[in-house]
Amino acid sequence: MLTKLKRRAGQLALAAALSLGLTSTASAIELTMYYPVAVGGALTKIVDGLVADFEKANPDIKVNAIYAGNYNDARIKALAALKSGEPAQTSVMFSIDIYELIEQGAIVAFDDVVKSAEDKAWLETFYPALMENGKTQGKTWGIPFQRSTIVMYYNKDAFRAAGLDPEQPPATWEELVSMGKKLTKKSGGNVDQWGVMIPSTGYPYWMFGALAMQNGQTLMNGDGNQTHFDAPATVEALQYWKDLGEKHGVMPSGTIEWGTLRQNFLEGKTAIMWHSTGNLTTVKNNAKFDFGVAMLPAMKRRGTPTGGGNFYIFQKSTDEEKAAALKLIKFLTQPERTAEWSIKTGYLGTRPDAYETDALKAYVKEFPPAAVARDQLEFATAELSTYQTGRVRKLLDDAIQAALTGSKSPAEALGDAQKQADRLLKRYR
Amino acid sequence: MSRRISQSYIYGWLLLMPAAIFLIAFTYYPAVATLAKSFFSQGTALKPSEFVGFENFAYMLDDDVFWKVAWNNIMYAVGTIPISIALAILMAVWVNGKLPLRSITRMAYFTPTILPMIAVANIWLFFYTPDIGLLDQVSAVFGLPSHNWLGDPDTVLGCIIAITIWKEAGFFMIFYLAALQTLPPELEEAARLEGASRWYYFRRVMFPLLMPTTLFVLINAVINSFKLVDHLFILTKGGPDNASSLLLYYIYEVAFSFLDQAYASTLTVVLLLMLALIAVGQFYFLDKRVHYR
Repeated sequence: MLTKLKRRAGQLALAAALSLGLTSTASAIELTMYYPVAVGGALTKIVDGLVADFEKANPDIKVNAIYAGNYNDARIKALAALKSGEPAQTSVMFSIDIYELIEQGAIVAFDDVVKSAEDKAWLETFYPALMENGKTQGKTWGIPFQRSTIVMYYNKDAFRAAGLDPEQPPATWEELVSMGKKLTKKSGGNVDQWGVMIPSTGYPYWMFGALAMQNGQTLMNGDGNQTHFDAPATVEALQYWKDLGEKHGVMPSGTIEWGTLRQNFLEGKTAIMWHSTGNLTTVKNNAKFDFGVAMLPAMKRRGTPTGGGNFYIFQKSTDEEKAAALKLIKFLTQPERTAEWSIKTGYLGTRPDAYETDALKAYVKEFPPAAVARDQLEFATAELSTYQTGRVRKLLDDAIQAALTGSKSPAEALGDAQKQADRLLKRYR
Repeated sequence: MSRRISQSYIYGWLLLMPAAIFLIAFTYYPAVATLAKSFFSQGTALKPSEFVGFENFAYMLDDDVFWKVAWNNIMYAVGTIPISIALAILMAVWVNGKLPLRSITRMAYFTPTILPMIAVANIWLFFYTPDIGLLDQVSAVFGLPSHNWLGDPDTVLGCIIAITIWKEAGFFMIFYLAALQTLPPELEEAARLEGASRWYYFRRVMFPLLMPTTLFVLINAVINSFKLVDHLFILTKGGPDNASSLLLYYIYEVAFSFLDQAYASTLTVVLLLMLALIAVGQFYFLDKRVHYR
C-alpha cells in the first residue's frame, strides 16, 4: 500500500517536474554503486560520464557512483558498507569474488531480479566465456563489465632481425620454444634480449590458468569447490613454464616481475611478453618499435582465462531498488555504450553486437590488435575462482613460484597445493 | 573539604578525558577486541561466528607459512638492526666533525628518511630489475652476469634488508647527532692529552655515553622491523613463495585477501605479545648497562 502510494506520488512528482521543466529528487530512487579501477587514470571520468547519461535518460533514478580503489579495496568497502547497514545496491567487483559474495549472503542472482521475457533474453546476449565467472549453482550472479584476457605482445622488429616472419607469431608451444631460441641474443655470459617473458609475480595463477587451459585442463570445477592442481596436465603445464627458463633458456629463470615487465618489453629486453589486454593502449603509445598482438599459443588447444570486473546486485535492497539497479546495468551494457567503453579503455566489448556497432567496427579496422582479445574469447575459460578464493589462489601462487625458483618440483609443489586446497574446500562439497 | 577533593577529581578527570577517549577508542579497545576475536571462528552469512577456544592458535602452529614468515622476520630484524645502527653512528660521527658542506652532507644522509616508503620501493624496484636495472647495468660493466635479484628466494630477503637499512640509518643518525652534540668537548681533549687512540676514546668514552640513545634507537629499530612492510606491496608481494613475506604483511593478507579476520586477530595477538616481550626484555636487561647522566 505504502509503496503503491509512494510510486503514485513519484509519478505525480515526475509529471509535475516534467511540466515545470525541472527534475525533482523528492521521490527519486537513489542507488549507490561502488566501482574499482585497476588500471588508473581517466577511467573515473568515463564512468561518471556514463552515469550522467543514465540519469538524464532516467530522471527518477539518482546514482551515486563511488570510485573505490582497486578490486580488493572495492570488495572490502562494499562488504563493510553491507555490515554497517548502509549497503550499496549494485557494484562492479572482481568477477572471481562471486563465491565469497554468495557465502556472505551479499548478492542476489540476476535470475531472481529479471521479470520480463526481454530481460531474460538480455542475460543471454553476452559472450559465454565472459559469463563463466558469473554463473554458478545454475544461476547468473554477475554481468560482465570491465573484462580482459591475456594476449601475447611481440616485437616485430626483433622478429625481422632474427630472420622470422613478423606476421607469423608462435602459434604452438614448440614454436614458442624454437622461435624463442632464435630471438634470444647473447653476448658473452649476458643475455641482451630474451625470447619470451611470462610474469610470475602479482598474478601468477592467472598466467598459469592460460598454460593449463592450453594443455586442455581447467584449474577448478564450476561449483567452486574442487581444484585440479595436481592433474597430470596441470603438472605438465607448470613443467613447460619452468622449462622455458631452465631447459630451453629462452626466458630468465626464477620469477619475473609483473610490474616491470612492460618496461622490459618496451626497452627491447624481451621479444615476446604475455600480458593483460589492459596494457594495449600504454604499449601502443610508448613502443618505439613495430609491435604486434597475437593470441596465446596452443598445446592441445588455445586458451586463456578471462579477467576483470562484473556487476553484482546486492541482497539488502528493496525490489524497486533492484529493478532500478537492473535498469542501470542494462543501460551501461547496451551495445553502443559497451563499444564506447571498450574504445576508451581497452577493455573487451562484452557482447558480440558491440563489435557490430559502427564506432567499434571503425576502431578495429584502424587498430586491428583491438580485436585479438575478442577473437580469443572463443578459447577462453573462467579465471581461477573458488570458495575461500583468496587462500586457494595464494596456494597456487606459492606453488608456481616454488617450482619456478627450483625449491620444489612442479609435481611436488602442485601436489602440496592440491592437498591444502582440498582441506579448505571439503566443507563446501 | 571532601567536596573540594571530589571537585578536583572531576577537574582532573575532565583534563584527562580528551586524551583518554582517543587512547581507549583507538588503542585499548581495538587491542582487547582483537584478543577477544582470536578466540572466535570467522563467521559467514551461512555459519555465524562461534567461540572456538584455542583452535585458531592451534591452526597457527600448524601453518607452514606462519613459521616461514616468523623466521623471515627474525632474519629481517637481525639483518637490519645492527647494521643500520652501526651505520647511523658512523655517519653521525662523520657529519659531527668539521667538514666542508656539512649541512648538505647531513641533509643527504637524512633524505631517505623523509621519502615515503612506497615511492622508495618504486625506485628500488627499478634498481633490482634484471637486465635493465641499475644494479645489473653496473655489474655488467665489470662483466658479471645479470641476476634476478627479487626473483630468487636466496637474494630477495637481502634486497629487502638493504632498502630498509638505507631508509633507517639516516633516521637513527639524527638521534646520534643530537646526542653527540651534548657530549662535553673536554672529554675528548682529556683523552687526547692522555694519548688515547680515537678508537679507544670511542669504545671507552663516547659509546658508553651514547648508550641512552642506543637503547632508544634499538627499541625503535626492533619495532620498525616488525611494522615496516610498505615496500613489500610494491616490490615482491611477499614472494617468491613467501621468501620475503614478513609477519605484518601476512596478517594483512589473511585479513584483507583471505577475509579471515579471526585468524588475522590471532596472528596480531602473537605479534603484540612478541613485541611486548622484546620491549620488556630490552628495558630490563639493557637499562642496567645504560649510563644516564
